[in-house]
Amino acid sequence: MISLTIDGQKVKVSEGMTVYEAAKAAGIYIPTLCYHPYLTPYGACRLCVVEIDKMRGFPTSCTTPASDGMVVSSDTPQLQELRRDILELILTEHPYVCLTCERKQDCKPYRASIRKVGVTTGCQFCPKNGRCELQEVANYIGIEEITLPYEYKELPIDRADPFFERDYNLCILCGRCVRVCQEVRGAGAIAFTYRGSEALIGTAFGRSLQESGCQFCGACVDICPTGALAERGRKWEGLADKQVVTTCPYCGVGCQLELEVKRDRVIGVSPKGDGALNRGQACVRGRFGIPEIVHHPQRLRTPMVKRNGQLVEVTWDEALDTIANRLSKYKGEEIAIISCAECTNEDSYVIQKLARVVLATNNVDHYARLCHAPTIASLSQSFDGGAMTNSIAEIGGASCILVIGVNITASHPVVGVEVKRAIGRGGKLIVANPHRVELCRFADLWLQHRPGTEVALLGGIMRVIIDQGLMDTAFIKERCDRFDAFRESLNGFDLGTVETITGVPQSQVAEAARIYASCQPASIIYGDGITQQCHGGDNVLAIANLAMLTGNIGKPSAGVNPLGGLNNVQGACDMGVMPDLYPGYQAVADSASKERFESAWGCSLEAAPGLTLVEILQAIQRGQIKAVYVIGSDAVLNREALKGLDFLVSQGMFLSEVSQLADVVLPAASFVEKEGTFTNAERRVQLVRKAIEPIGGSRPDWWIICQLAQRLGGRGFDFNDPSQIMKEITTLVPSYKGISFQRLDGGGLQWPCISEQHSGTPILYLETFDGGRGKFVPLDYKSPAELADGDYPLILTTEPSLYYFHAGAMEVGLGEFSVLNGGASVEVNPVDAIKLGISDGEAVRVVSRRGEVEAKVKVADVLPVGVVSMALHFAQGIVNPVIDPVSKIPEYKVCAVKIIRGEVVYQG
Amino acid sequence: MASRTVDKESPFAWSGVRTVFVCKGTGCVSGGSEEIYQALKREVESSEVDGIKVDFTGCHGFCQRGPLIDIEPDGFFYTEVKVEDIPEIVHSHLVNGYPVERLFYHDPLTGKAIPYYRDITFYAKQQRIVLRNCGHINPEKIEDYLAVGGYRALKKVFLDMTPEQVIEEVKKSGLRGRGGAGFPTGQKWEFCRGAPGKEKYLICNGDEGDPGAFMDRSILEADPHSVIEGMIIAAYAIGATQGYIYCRAEYPLAVERLKIALKQAEERGLLGDNILDSNFDFQIELKEGAGAFVCGEETGLMMSIEGRRGMPRSRPPFPAISGLWGKPTNINNVKSFASVPVIIDHGAGWYASIGTETSKGTAVFALTGKTQNSGLIEVPMGISLGDIIYEIGGGIIEGKRFKAAQTGGPSGGCLPASMLDQPVDYESLTQAGSMMGSGGMVVVDEDTCMVDLARYFLSFTQAESCGKCVPCRVGTRHMLNILERITRGEGQPGDIERLNKLAQLVKNGSLCGLGQTAPNPVLTTIRYFRDEYTAHVDEKRCPALVCTELISYYILPDKCQGCRICLRDCPAGAISGGKRMVHIIDQDKCIKCGSCLDVCPTRFSAVVQVSGEKVAVPSKPIPVTVSKTKKGASAKPSID
Repeated sequence: MISLTIDGQKVKVSEGMTVYEAAKAAGIYIPTLCYHPYLTPYGACRLCVVEIDKMRGFPTSCTTPASDGMVVSSDTPQLQELRRDILELILTEHPYVCLTCERKQDCKPYRASIRKVGVTTGCQFCPKNGRCELQEVANYIGIEEITLPYEYKELPIDRADPFFERDYNLCILCGRCVRVCQEVRGAGAIAFTYRGSEALIGTAFGRSLQESGCQFCGACVDICPTGALAERGRKWEGLADKQVVTTCPYCGVGCQLELEVKRDRVIGVSPKGDGALNRGQACVRGRFGIPEIVHHPQRLRTPMVKRNGQLVEVTWDEALDTIANRLSKYKGEEIAIISCAECTNEDSYVIQKLARVVLATNNVDHYARLCHAPTIASLSQSFDGGAMTNSIAEIGGASCILVIGVNITASHPVVGVEVKRAIGRGGKLIVANPHRVELCRFADLWLQHRPGTEVALLGGIMRVIIDQGLMDTAFIKERCDRFDAFRESLNGFDLGTVETITGVPQSQVAEAARIYASCQPASIIYGDGITQQCHGGDNVLAIANLAMLTGNIGKPSAGVNPLGGLNNVQGACDMGVMPDLYPGYQAVADSASKERFESAWGCSLEAAPGLTLVEILQAIQRGQIKAVYVIGSDAVLNREALKGLDFLVSQGMFLSEVSQLADVVLPAASFVEKEGTFTNAERRVQLVRKAIEPIGGSRPDWWIICQLAQRLGGRGFDFNDPSQIMKEITTLVPSYKGISFQRLDGGGLQWPCISEQHSGTPILYLETFDGGRGKFVPLDYKSPAELADGDYPLILTTEPSLYYFHAGAMEVGLGEFSVLNGGASVEVNPVDAIKLGISDGEAVRVVSRRGEVEAKVKVADVLPVGVVSMALHFAQGIVNPVIDPVSKIPEYKVCAVKIIRGEVVYQG
Repeated sequence: MASRTVDKESPFAWSGVRTVFVCKGTGCVSGGSEEIYQALKREVESSEVDGIKVDFTGCHGFCQRGPLIDIEPDGFFYTEVKVEDIPEIVHSHLVNGYPVERLFYHDPLTGKAIPYYRDITFYAKQQRIVLRNCGHINPEKIEDYLAVGGYRALKKVFLDMTPEQVIEEVKKSGLRGRGGAGFPTGQKWEFCRGAPGKEKYLICNGDEGDPGAFMDRSILEADPHSVIEGMIIAAYAIGATQGYIYCRAEYPLAVERLKIALKQAEERGLLGDNILDSNFDFQIELKEGAGAFVCGEETGLMMSIEGRRGMPRSRPPFPAISGLWGKPTNINNVKSFASVPVIIDHGAGWYASIGTETSKGTAVFALTGKTQNSGLIEVPMGISLGDIIYEIGGGIIEGKRFKAAQTGGPSGGCLPASMLDQPVDYESLTQAGSMMGSGGMVVVDEDTCMVDLARYFLSFTQAESCGKCVPCRVGTRHMLNILERITRGEGQPGDIERLNKLAQLVKNGSLCGLGQTAPNPVLTTIRYFRDEYTAHVDEKRCPALVCTELISYYILPDKCQGCRICLRDCPAGAISGGKRMVHIIDQDKCIKCGSCLDVCPTRFSAVVQVSGEKVAVPSKPIPVTVSKTKKGASAKPSID
């Protein structure tokens, strides 16, 4: 701690703080426009000048480090005059008539200015009016007159890109947007251009943001102090009535967002800074997607029942009675519920309770089957628990990060920000991905292995670590079992074999081993790139082996960190929306668990585990399942499979492909319209807060399920409020025991949270594994189920997309997002493109043994020869549904295809 | 060995080995010295005379008179040599011993031919320490540098001195940063040495961007090893293992010679690992700038090396604590480094004996503008401004009156005639409102408008501002707008006060040295030449007859002979008149190009340039007045 004096006040701050930060901590206001807590000191606006004893001139407080014994004055007449003069200079380049008008309080919105000056040069029509930092500073400094001539820059407003507009006539060149884009987001899409008084913010060669690598995360818009950068969607909305903090529903990061609400409309969204895990960052989906989806004109507003082949609008009573009547006719084994990982924990809990208690079936599964199931299965085997071992905020502190099978900057952009933070601090990055993903640009090493060969790649890395004695022998000895058997199993992974299988040069495998093992702590981040395979479980086991081998478990900034696809994958699994597990991962097959739940729920439960998602679809075709209740996301469902059903209910926000087949369609409220909790990838349970009333006649999922359960005679569904559901959850799920809505109101809690006093668990397995000791699992390499052959000579791999993020309940493919994605495309290596005689932009058919899709060719040197790639969103019909024997996940990442140049008309 | 053709009668007959040095500095090369060098080699070879070596050097500093040839060891000095002169130099001088007098430097005042460079006043009054080898050794040969004692200081340092002793010696010498700020060099090294951190960097700032300044360029071109030696010594003293020379890309020859010198130093084990078995490792990497003036500012320069946009940042933290890539960094100017080997070699006491109490050693200036002699000069600190201009510079050309000297580059100040007795050192210049800067010195005469000069320098600095901080980016633009308005004759009452106020704001409020000093030319011209400002603002008059909008051309009716020369030359068709008719300039059409003034025969001198006054002219052409003089009457203008 150091102590300094500011304006006569003694201030104690920690070393490394600037004078500005010290003043702020002491509650002393110093005006500034270019300072921002997320950014490195800059000192360009010069408004935060102070006088410091024994220092010449007027140093800027935002750049001057505070030192012990410093004596600072922030408010002398001389400083105020200097600030006024500097502000005057700023205002000669920014419209100011309203800022200096003595009658500005009398002005009313949407009326011409009372001074009869052009309204476009005043504040009234500025999108940031009321939120503008320049207004704030001008008020503080109290500027009354501008004596220097005003120079309007006369720049055209840049409207070419989606989501936000750039009006550099309002820009004061504080550089915050450029700095956040470079320092925090690592994108560098914008920069300063020209110099002197011609200096401007712009893109390389004046191209559009889309062309310059912008990912539309909106960080620049959030950080802009003036109206220069403003969302198009809320340009004319004015100030919000209230802000509601909630949890983003788009991916497992669980960013905290502030919804800006005006007259029962969400007009804007901004990421929460203080105390939130996302530290003021978000991505295009959360930042710009929400108002568009919530208020989309195609939202379902009324329940509908199919009569004479047509869906007709009915009342809730009619719809629910219809469902109750129909479902009561089937036996438990004839019914299945397919739920969704976008539902809240409370929704999920009552959904599986409905299935088990009322419908007497364990046939309940959800999207996690398609991304997270191998994680649960395999990590439970290795560590006795299946979740991310560490926290997102720790990633930035890692010395090495191995990112495998996930394009983080597209799937989980805010985790990408953390990865870039680690790199910025000197951390090493190894990317293993067949596809040249954005992070490859930042990587010390990029391993471009063939899809589906991860076990061999990781096996090779581990073999090198052991051969070179780089493993953590003490950790292995003290905390792990079966090391010898595991070591034996690596015999087959000599570097020659590994290179043959994976296509990665031996030297790179050895280098990866050296970096990963020698830079501690090292974190592994993986995603559906390795889980969506018929041996996805093996891939996860290999990762667990690697982490244990180097002792990277139970330490800050280390660990095994899976990133699931949808936002509440973790929570829905925790809640037992799975055929074989009750809430809290208590096995259906375990009689003690069954008895526990039978006594809690006051009923007898089905003893046999139910069917998984892919098995349900197969059972429908066999005629075994006759009625299906689908909730939320239908992205993964094959429409054809559902056609053989007797009875289908679809509950969601939009009329989807599934709901068009349904007998009853129920309109669900969005996350903005209900209370509840989501559990993010790092096991953090966070509140979802209601910001507006449900749109039209839509209702929250938990309400619908409880209504239905009661109609079917179910007991224990008389909840008035999701907090009551959470109360019941805490009695049955030990890791949620200490959680309540009241506690969550002050911020999320990471499970295990075992009592009301427990503050949650950011890092798992600090002392021991849940089962006592970690278990190495010996592995063999198994090739993908389908390999390229004469008929289907190419391997297709799939990717999630930043802009097309899962169909269904919260689809972001609508409106301006579609501009960014541009429809289905297939990426082809230039070598293959020449071989196939196809060119960039050409329309082709991508054909597999299961079907075909049309797509536009994108020739890019981003994949190994012989591998093509599509967004999973568009490739649903052709991927290989063969499943992993343990976790039952289908192999979406690898299948054989051929590309046919056809007379197809591309419809994008 | 004497050649048989030598004329024994000649007083300059020479029997030893002579070296003919052709200057291959940028100035002389642009004057054709490369061709001269080749021609000389051919000629000497074919003349079959013994004992003559042909070699080249870097800049002598007297670029104004280039291309230059220097014949050593006797020191004959040929100026403004052309390829055609080579046979004569070889045969007359080298073979027969008769120097070519017409190629000697001729004193502009006396007209006397001066055969030896050391007698030329331009050189005679200088004290060349930093420039000691410039023009005397081949910059592309490390052997030449070694032969004049090069790297001797380095050996001394490595063999006999601890880093602390080196720093102490430099501190004792009183050497101050020659980049312009004048911070004591030894102290700067001490800070960096004391900064925590294993990795430290050393940077040589060769991003010389001042208009009219070429000190660093000449040193890098003429004596690159002295800079490298200085850097190695500094690196040893500080504990830096990686050095950078940041050189302007606009100096291709300097870049080329640096590359050669760095390679030679590496080959001799003077750079690299374990230098001279001292266990000390040091590398130097050459970085080329991309033409931004602001990259000469140390923090901007470091941003540029890091591959980012050159935008200065605030200090503290100072580079000595957190510089390049956040590591302790020492950055010095080319001239500072070039001074170091001499200081070590000759001792701090010797160096400190030169100069004044607070400004030790010598200063290098690029003397340009309206002096008889111009070029690169090195003088002891404390010499008077007048001595530089009149003794070394030989006074103002065409006998005009000295008006001002602009020192310190575009952000220095303009010193008037009353300051000619002022000593030239850091403190005196700062006190006078100017600065030492990196060493630009532009001398202007009575034909220069000081408002226009201030406008010119400010237009440079405002265009070269990086655009980061508000006062520099916006403030200089407003200042420039006002100056432009004044020079256009649209000055408003209060403009001078407005300028003063803005200048103070930019000075006090700007982030880096560029902004903090940019107002200097404006402030000093207002301080010393306020009457010129008031003439512009209040009387709409430019006393120096420079500001186009404020001057007019008239044809005096009593002098015009109606020769029609000006009428035909006028590009704007603004002159009316006929043969033997008084010509009249249509003031609305006149574009003030001055061609009428230029072409009017001097014996008539009928065209006048005025500002703020009107000359009575007839409203339409009238017959010319017949001159009363006999000669005038018969004088027929040369018409076609």
